Amino acid sequence: MIIADRKPLDEIVGMVSDAKKILVLGCRGCVTVCSAGGEREVEILASLIRLGMLKQGKKIETVEGTLVRQCDKEYIDGIDEWEGQYDAIVSMACGVGVNFIANLRPTTKVYPAVNTSFFGGSTDQGVWMEQCAGCGNCVLHLTGGLCPVARCAKSLMNGPCGGSVNGRCEIHPDVECIWQSIHDRLGRIGNAEAMNVIAPIRDWSTAGHGGPRKTLRDDLTI
Amino acid sequence: MTFTPDIQAFCCHYTSQQTIAEGKKGLKDDGLPANITFHRVVCTGKLQVSTLLKAFEEGADGVYVVGCPEDKCHNVKGSQRAAKRVVAIKKALAELAVEPERIEMFHLERGFHPEFVEAAQLMNKRITDLGPCPFKGEAK
Ligand code: SF4
Ligand code: SF4
Repeated sequence: MIIADRKPLDEIVGMVSDAKKILVLGCRGCVTVCSAGGEREVEILASLIRLGMLKQGKKIETVEGTLVRQCDKEYIDGIDEWEGQYDAIVSMACGVGVNFIANLRPTTKVYPAVNTSFFGGSTDQGVWMEQCAGCGNCVLHLTGGLCPVARCAKSLMNGPCGGSVNGRCEIHPDVECIWQSIHDRLGRIGNAEAMNVIAPIRDWSTAGHGGPRKTLRDDLTI
Repeated sequence: MTFTPDIQAFCCHYTSQQTIAEGKKGLKDDGLPANITFHRVVCTGKLQVSTLLKAFEEGADGVYVVGCPEDKCHNVKGSQRAAKRVVAIKKALAELAVEPERIEMFHLERGFHPEFVEAAQLMNKRITDLGPCPFKGEAK
């Protein structure tokens, strides 16, 4: 899922400092699961924005809402429910949600309340780790299911580098050297020889270096 | 001008038995400041961040939570959860440039004991020294 973190409050309050009434809008998708922008976080943020504005001697009205998703046109239409009740929307969805509102509501002010961080999963309660970078050309079948693009500090295709020490990455002793783990795992699953295959120079054009990416499924379009 | 802070205390069932048993007068005789309003909750682990923030929105100058000792909570981890939420609010207050020490967590033994009164007195002194909460600035 997409992992996000709430932005610093002074930054958020700064965005809405001229507004009189705002819609704080959560999303029931990924940001609910990673506790960044679901219904509960909406309630907390609305309260903190009101407090932040009071601190500046201003009063702001807040309306709270949470959509099933903010990355689908159908659900964005749900915003109509609060028509006329806000000057601006503070979206707690990932950046996709904010973009969708901006795309579909050309004259509505929309601000991001979270920093969209990465694709990951919860490895422990309250801990999320990046797992995939959405490179558009997956190599997990060659690397024992562990991603060298997202999880190697250098995104090496032929690791490990010379800085790998005792299974730790040279950038920090807390960071696993994923290439050591790939090596160990390939051994465990009886595919150690895969380490001898030299990966060719990679074409990164699918990884977002060639402009915004698009998927078109002819079988689904009407 | 003397300032009497509005302090809201949220205490669990077990640590606040004193507030029920002794009544208003008894508590005053024990030295509990009269400007502290006590809210009893079944367990501090049940307290939501939004409930504590609401206390500030409603005009509190200081807020504190009293739960069981960290390793002896009646509900195992309730007071640990409450303590984490208090830390999260401290961080949020700091981001809004408001003194984080306006909110505090206390872990106390259940039953009658002077530490319950001491916590109240400590908060009363601390918040009196800090002055009115900046959230109470005149809203335009
Ligand atoms: S190789 Fe690419 S698509 Fe596959 S997990 Fe890594 S970043 Fe994601
Ligand atoms: S030590 Fe391992 S994870 Fe770190 S950069 Fe080198 S190969 Fe990548």
